[in-house]
Amino acid sequence: MAVIRGSSGDWEVVIGLEVHAQVISKAKLFSGAATDFGAEPNTQVSPIDAAFPGMLPVINRYCVEQAVKTGLGINAEINLVSVFDRKNYFYADLPAGYQISQYTRPIVGKGKIRLDLADGSTRDIGITRLHLEQDAGKSLHDQHATLTYVDLNRAGVALMEIVSEPDLRSAEEAGAYLRKLRSILRYLGTCDGNMEEGSLRCDCNVSVRRPGAPLGTRCEIKNVNSIRYVMQAIEHEARRQVELLEEGGAVEQETRLFDAGKGITRPMRSKEHAHDYRYFPDPDLLPLRLDANWVEALKRSLPELPDAKKARFIEQYRLSPDDAGVLVAEQASADYFEAVARGRDAKLAANWVMVELYGALNRLGLGIEGSPVSAAGLGELVDLVIDGTVSGRLAKEVFAAMIETGKGAAFLVEERGLKQVTDSGAIESAIAAVLAAQGDKVAEYRAGKEKLFGFFVGQVMKATQGKANPALLNELLRKKLAG
Amino acid sequence: MALDKATVAKIATLARIKLPPSEQEHLAGELSTILTWIEQLGEVDTAGVEPMSSVAAMELPMRNDEVTDGGCREKILANAPDSAGGFFTVPKVVE
Amino acid sequence: MSALTQLTIAEARAGLRGRQFSARELAEAHIAAVAAARPLNAFLAETPERALAMADAADQRLQRGEARAMEGIPLAIKDLFCTEGVLTTAGSRILDGFKPPYESTVTAKLWAAGAVMLGKANMDEFAMGSSNVTCAHGAVENPWRRRGDNRPLVPGGSSGGSAAAVAARAAIAATGTDTGGSIRQPASFCGIVGMKPTYGRCSRWGIVAFASSLDQAGPMTRSVRDAAIMLGAMAGHDPKDSTSAPVPVPDFEAALTGDIRGLKIGVPHEYRLDGMPAEIEALWQRGIDWVKAAGAEPVEISLPMTKYALPAYYIIAPAEASSNLARYDGVRFGLRVPGGSLDEMYENTRAAGFGAEVRRRVLIGTYVLSAGYYDAYYLKAQQVRTLVARDFGAAFQRCDVLLTPTAPSAAFAIGEKQDDPIAMYLNDVFTVPVNLAGLPGISVPAGLAADGLPLGLQVIGRAFDEATVLRVAEIIETAAGFTAKPAFLAGGG
Repeated sequence: MAVIRGSSGDWEVVIGLEVHAQVISKAKLFSGAATDFGAEPNTQVSPIDAAFPGMLPVINRYCVEQAVKTGLGINAEINLVSVFDRKNYFYADLPAGYQISQYTRPIVGKGKIRLDLADGSTRDIGITRLHLEQDAGKSLHDQHATLTYVDLNRAGVALMEIVSEPDLRSAEEAGAYLRKLRSILRYLGTCDGNMEEGSLRCDCNVSVRRPGAPLGTRCEIKNVNSIRYVMQAIEHEARRQVELLEEGGAVEQETRLFDAGKGITRPMRSKEHAHDYRYFPDPDLLPLRLDANWVEALKRSLPELPDAKKARFIEQYRLSPDDAGVLVAEQASADYFEAVARGRDAKLAANWVMVELYGALNRLGLGIEGSPVSAAGLGELVDLVIDGTVSGRLAKEVFAAMIETGKGAAFLVEERGLKQVTDSGAIESAIAAVLAAQGDKVAEYRAGKEKLFGFFVGQVMKATQGKANPALLNELLRKKLAG
Repeated sequence: MALDKATVAKIATLARIKLPPSEQEHLAGELSTILTWIEQLGEVDTAGVEPMSSVAAMELPMRNDEVTDGGCREKILANAPDSAGGFFTVPKVVE
Repeated sequence: MSALTQLTIAEARAGLRGRQFSARELAEAHIAAVAAARPLNAFLAETPERALAMADAADQRLQRGEARAMEGIPLAIKDLFCTEGVLTTAGSRILDGFKPPYESTVTAKLWAAGAVMLGKANMDEFAMGSSNVTCAHGAVENPWRRRGDNRPLVPGGSSGGSAAAVAARAAIAATGTDTGGSIRQPASFCGIVGMKPTYGRCSRWGIVAFASSLDQAGPMTRSVRDAAIMLGAMAGHDPKDSTSAPVPVPDFEAALTGDIRGLKIGVPHEYRLDGMPAEIEALWQRGIDWVKAAGAEPVEISLPMTKYALPAYYIIAPAEASSNLARYDGVRFGLRVPGGSLDEMYENTRAAGFGAEVRRRVLIGTYVLSAGYYDAYYLKAQQVRTLVARDFGAAFQRCDVLLTPTAPSAAFAIGEKQDDPIAMYLNDVFTVPVNLAGLPGISVPAGLAADGLPLGLQVIGRAFDEATVLRVAEIIETAAGFTAKPAFLAGGG
């Protein structure tokens, strides 16, 4: 637990997150308009999304399925009866004057997400609920001096609002929570987790208190759009509240915005927070009833999720918890690793994936999906290392060439003549030449200066351009020096 | 329940209907009369009665995830009092 | 030519198929009648060109022997129905100039059955009213007059333009919508037949919403048979409306067998209101006698929640309306009144765009949903609604249909009851419970009041049992032999 040291003693920060995750679907939650990101303004809008008179919502079955899958993925209760309510407020990008959401009876109830902490321990964070709702459109305030422009392409896209309990105690934990949630959503294929495009957005509820004291007054920081910003916003907000309290002030419950440029939070200027949402059940829709067997079938169809995969990697591949955690963060990385590890030395495979591959991808700014070397290609290289065709050291060179040229490992080893020399005659003659040229060093060695052995190894390696099989070289050299 | 002018003004703001103070008094009286009449519902014992959510004795129908609508910007914007560059426009909002 | 405007749908259907006249002739006669009816202010938009084009298409079909159920029948369409490319304002200034880019399901079905559109009928603003005095574009006049009294009367509401047009022979029939009596009460006031089907029978898609859990479209005609024919063309499951019932549409006309022997007709004693005019009581008793004479058995039943249905309705309907009408904000369609900020623009637009009754209901609805009041008002009303529906459920254990008056009075003069919203709301006392329970109900003209104004009787049935409702209604229609005509006949005498 992180503690903020104030001038008057320690403070504890209490954080709850409300994540809005855009559901992956072709069409919107209540209309047949498309959901693609980045389309020309108002080209993915049906009269339903624009709330034209007489238009009515009909729910998209797949969006319901996605929400249930997500609920199952966060170990949550699925409510077989849930209700859509209207949340009434006026705003430029809310065409109907209400958002169809779920208030008293959400589709998903209590669940939990397991955090893997830096010290290797884990901590469960409670999920209060997950509900389905419509996204709003987009208001562009910077296009015109006196006008706000409104694009309704996003209006009506399905959102899952995932609300955590106030269980998080530091910005780092909040970051870990978001990374884990995003990882689960991506595994499930229910949200792409792309924060820059706004498909994952976060509202942070932050308060501070003396350790063990009742909860303090919270502020809500709206719509933070990267994990880094979430952490910065929480850090800043917690400090602000501590300073305020230590100066004898009081925290006012309010909605704030994070200014990424200045790294600070500030109160929202619009009066939207003076709300009275007048929720009531949407009379255009009936209660949503799910079939328990259908939910059960969905549960059986879920992919292996990060926690289970991590446990399996530790068990099956004997990986350390840290390595397993790194490999399972993205489904694609985990799949890649498993393809390389299949039938091979798993630790060697993990090492190659995490050190060489990740290093190269990082330098190139690529994700695992964009890797120039396929899992099969890397597997081929690892095979060449294992069977002694290429030395571990030269294999790195081969790998670099694979990244650069896209050519296969065996081909490159052949093309560049990097094959390990295992012919004892060739090595013996190289040894003979080195020993002949270094007569005094040989004498010193034989007189007892045994640490010169490494020097001779280096010389022979140099003479064979590093291709000599190290074990064979050692054996032959030892014999020769022994005279 | 008698509504006072301030409550009427507050509701009007929530409903985004401009109400000159001169009308508030009159409406407060009118709405109070209606609410008082409505409050005879208090005589009904509704303990344990499920509120009706819909008279339609049916299941919520669901549609398939197919793109069947949209792609009709001209139609969507045709009735707008003001638009620019494919956007609807409203007086500038400061967040 | 004027004889063509006297026809019922059934008669016109026979005449068209028998080549006695063409759909174009029928349309032309009605186009002229619509123009002649202008003093009633029953139409907000006339669409003569469209009517003629549709009539010509109907004639081609008739010639090929491919006539459909409503082929060539000229209709007035309540302005609450969105009609593609044709002005649709819901009788409100806030929808000034709005031309929908889509056609409502119900009107689309009517056109697909061959019907012809004469124009858009005037109505109470957003269907909120029982008098058609709240129209943004002026009140509609009832074509009827009290005997020896030329003061203009209200046609009832909210489907007042539709009722007036049908009664005045400007349209053979019209669409209406009924949220608390908006089809049945004006039908009663104008001496025509008006039917509210079961909630979910007709799609609400493309009908400007007033109160979503109560709104239902239905036919307004000059005979019960016409109501059966037209309802058949309007009804049916619509996947675009989540509350549209996936049930088959029976042949309603075939249900008009004239045989109601053995049916039990419920007579709810709570509908005998204190102070109800004696002539309405007497008419009701005549109705009971008629069905008895036809071999049905009247049974006294009880609907104890009757008194509370109206106040519950005046919570639920305004609450839903306050939310449904939030979309009229000056951004995407209709009126915009500029303002210095977004909120000011909203407030100016909605103040200028909504009339007094709409404002009153939006404010009531906003209040009853607001924080701290939801349970006391909205939740309570929905619980009472459950009890109202249970009342009917219990009644239908003992009878097949209910017979009641449609309204507690005949048409009143324009200007009367205007300053007393509650007196106005009481018009709907017999019709509102039917909406709360989602049941089908029909108003049939059954006689004249002493002052010469028409009075209707209402038949209420089980959910989705419109067939029995229509069958009983036809018996009453025949027994009543209602042949009186209004003072004003646009189509000529």
